[in-house]
Amino acid sequence: MTKPIADELTRTRLEDGAESDPVAHDAKRGKVAKPKRKRTVTDEKILEVKDLHVTFSTYGGTVQAVRGVTFDLYKGETLAIVGESGCGKSVTSNAIMGLIQQPPGKITSKGVHFKSKDLTKLSKKEMRKIQGVDISMIFQDPMTALNPTLTIGEQLTEGVKQHKNLSGAEAKKRAIEMLNLVGIPNPEERLKQYPHQFSGGMRQRIVIAIALICEPELLIADEPTTALDVTIQAQILDLFEEIQAKTGVSIILITHDLGVVAKIADRIAVMYAGKVVETGTKREIFYTANHPYTKGLLNSVPRLDLKEEELVPIDGTPPDLFSPPQGCPFAPRCPFAMEVCAHVYPEPTHLSATQKVDCWLQDERAKKLIEDGAFAH
Amino acid sequence: MGRYILKRFLMMLMTIFIIATLTFFLMHAVPGSPLETERTTNETIQANLEKFYKLDQPLYIQYFDYMKSLATFDFGPSIKDPNRTVNELLERGFPISFELGIITIIIAVLSGVLLGILAALRHNKLLDYGAMAFAVIGISIPNFVMATLLIQQLAVTWDIFPPATWKSPMHMVLPVLALATGPMAIIARLTRSSMLEVLTQDYIKMARAKGIKPVRIVFRHALRNAMMPVVTIMGTLLAGILTGTFVIEKIFAIPGMGKYFVDSINNRDYPVIMGTTVFYSAFLIFMLFLVDIVYGILDPRIKLHKKEGDV
Amino acid sequence: MTQIRDDWFHPLAKDGDEKETVVRPSLSYWKDAWRRLKQNKLAMGGLIFLGFLALMAIFGPIFSPHSVTIQDLPNQNQPPSSTHWFGTDESGRDVFTRTWYGARISLFVGLMAALIDFFIGILYGGIAGYKGGRTDAVMMRIVEVLYGLPYLLVVILLLVVMGPSLTTIIIALTITGWVGMARIVRGQVLQVKNYEFVTASKSFGAKTGRIIRKNLIPNAMGPIIVQMTLTVPSAIFAEAFLSFLGLGIQAPFASWGVMANDALPVIISGDWWRLFFPALFISLTMFAFNVLGDGLQDALDPKMRG
Repeated sequence: MTKPIADELTRTRLEDGAESDPVAHDAKRGKVAKPKRKRTVTDEKILEVKDLHVTFSTYGGTVQAVRGVTFDLYKGETLAIVGESGCGKSVTSNAIMGLIQQPPGKITSKGVHFKSKDLTKLSKKEMRKIQGVDISMIFQDPMTALNPTLTIGEQLTEGVKQHKNLSGAEAKKRAIEMLNLVGIPNPEERLKQYPHQFSGGMRQRIVIAIALICEPELLIADEPTTALDVTIQAQILDLFEEIQAKTGVSIILITHDLGVVAKIADRIAVMYAGKVVETGTKREIFYTANHPYTKGLLNSVPRLDLKEEELVPIDGTPPDLFSPPQGCPFAPRCPFAMEVCAHVYPEPTHLSATQKVDCWLQDERAKKLIEDGAFAH
Repeated sequence: MGRYILKRFLMMLMTIFIIATLTFFLMHAVPGSPLETERTTNETIQANLEKFYKLDQPLYIQYFDYMKSLATFDFGPSIKDPNRTVNELLERGFPISFELGIITIIIAVLSGVLLGILAALRHNKLLDYGAMAFAVIGISIPNFVMATLLIQQLAVTWDIFPPATWKSPMHMVLPVLALATGPMAIIARLTRSSMLEVLTQDYIKMARAKGIKPVRIVFRHALRNAMMPVVTIMGTLLAGILTGTFVIEKIFAIPGMGKYFVDSINNRDYPVIMGTTVFYSAFLIFMLFLVDIVYGILDPRIKLHKKEGDV
Repeated sequence: MTQIRDDWFHPLAKDGDEKETVVRPSLSYWKDAWRRLKQNKLAMGGLIFLGFLALMAIFGPIFSPHSVTIQDLPNQNQPPSSTHWFGTDESGRDVFTRTWYGARISLFVGLMAALIDFFIGILYGGIAGYKGGRTDAVMMRIVEVLYGLPYLLVVILLLVVMGPSLTTIIIALTITGWVGMARIVRGQVLQVKNYEFVTASKSFGAKTGRIIRKNLIPNAMGPIIVQMTLTVPSAIFAEAFLSFLGLGIQAPFASWGVMANDALPVIISGDWWRLFFPALFISLTMFAFNVLGDGLQDALDPKMRG
């Protein structure tokens, strides 16, 4: 499926890179000399999610966790899905990955296409041929993502053995390559060890190695650095960049950490209360964000280019997804809320080829209000 | 691992020592110690007793001698039968009781674990409810009630199995069934709940994200972790099965150690009670020791726990 | 599609009150637990059965025209009839009356064992958990050794020495039985100890005893109640088991275990009622306590809800 690494490297092209990062970030501390953000972002869509809904029936009622999410992912790019906890970003990734148990979960959509296949229409057995092979996932907490009773060698090799029919020796060779790739010293000996014999950062490297061993085309990373120390976080992010440069894998990065986003994302989708409220390139989101929620999110994060008093938390809490509001879910917290926001959810407005926002402020009538100075807070 | 085993081994020796001491002093502390009363008119027995327990000596000498004989696996004479020693009873009864116990454990563990897994995989479905209803009923019926019910129905009324003794596999069915039902029900419940918990763990989710086949996820990824609580209560279950053999052997007239033990209780044959109690305890504690080792094998993290457990 | 009206385009007035309203009524812990328990039909069935059993244990023998102990030899081994609802035993005693009398003994043994375990366990586990450090280490090492002792064997040994009677049975059961409770109490106390409100009352200068009484115990109560509910059936089982071994309370008084033991020789001859009724009630009682314990566990620990 995936082309050999060397082949990928020859086709790389330079992308607007590190120097344009809006959030100040320090020089890379990678150990390996690596091409600076040379990657193969192409126009080829690898994943198309259309109007994805996920609900869960629970003890207390039905939770509408994801309420009509639409986005595309191009080959070789990194898309960050950001939002507060409980906004549905993890559920979205689990739904793509086929990890939602049905019941209690229920998925409806107008299609989740991975290349030409609609993932929502596949049987469990067909899905297993894609899981771990074409699409892999990295979990938030490396302390719990590895099975404590199996050696990491077994956890690394079982996937390739099953999916690619490799012999034990071939699989082991492959596992050692992967541990080398993710920067674990003495891979041969380490294979025989158990997860508890590794530190958190090392474990996350192993989790990444497991995810990559079958050379997937899409990698979903669900808060891959949240559970790690800050210094380890940076190392793991460097590793992501390095791997993407080497393999051309597309990445969906689920996170609430805008620092992480600033470092490695190409495009950003901002989620709130089960909906994608704004998408755009990293540059568009950081410099010309239009949704009040996106702005609020940016203002609530410490940045080197802002003074501390300019930090503004967003008032209030996200809505109860047992009974989400019919209009814009952000309206109760929004400083620019209008009556219309409480009644109807806005249609998306395309601001550029890449930027799209769901907000009534884009309506001509609202723009007039702004000109009239109606929102003089 | 070596240190862990050594520590458990020393713990085991200490517990056996405590049991033996406790038994000795309990038997002697009773006003008019049962060993010294003229419970028997038989002179041979009196002589045997005095020889073994050094009844003419001070208590501490008696104690040390008693401990010494225990260390050489000499459990002393019987009050009721001059030509018998506890050792002879053990030699005759123990193999039978051991057989009964081992078959019971194997059946209880295998069927309990299987039932628990099936119930967990069919969570909140008919099979789950059925299995758990069966398990609660199994836990609630005492083994001696179970035994008598089985005899009444399967042996007396329907005449499928022989009602008593221990001669052929057919003879074994009812006693094993009576003894295994309770532990099996407990294991099934525990396996189910711990399996359900393990199945929600991240590493199971990760295995599913890797596209691993469900059979492998259940048996290779989940089962071993789910077994840990089951191994933890194996000690209690073993004790239950061991004491269960007392009544089961009595009801089915199985000539095992348990039957001799119950007879000795009814006859107030104190030296036999003492000897068998110490033997039973030592055996049980040894089994617990084995369970600990199995636990250490199951859980590779045990070396870390060792540090926390040490005082 | 809703019509978008032009007059909807005006800033929305913000008033703080309408923002956060708690919709679901907040119940107290105990009320909430009780509500959950009531939803569990099996557990409620168990509770009702136990209530019925308690009533019959108290009033059954009083209202019965037959005596528990007096023998009536001409009427021995009668099958159930309108005069003897559950039949009679080999001495002509009424099995119906003796069954309720047995319920008295069983419930008494079970409840006493649970209560005594509770008090010793609270005291021992509470002190160990609260004091912590070296005290805790030593106390728990003792518990660990006791825990390793084979429970029923020790009980048998004690009964052989002390001689069987209701009192000695209860003593023997509790001498080894409190250990489990002590472990649970200690675990709970250790958990609760670090809660902030406990630290708060400590900083207000509350005394140790008061903190244990007012703060720790109420908060650690859930698992303790469950443990007590499960102690009762195991004590009832132990009593029946001991009676069955000939170490139970002595004739002419009856416990279910004694009745079952007495009935053993006659089951081959077909006098099924002698065994059936005590066996049925032992099993039903244990079943009731088990399902009630499960129900309480679910009700008192909302985290565990499936």
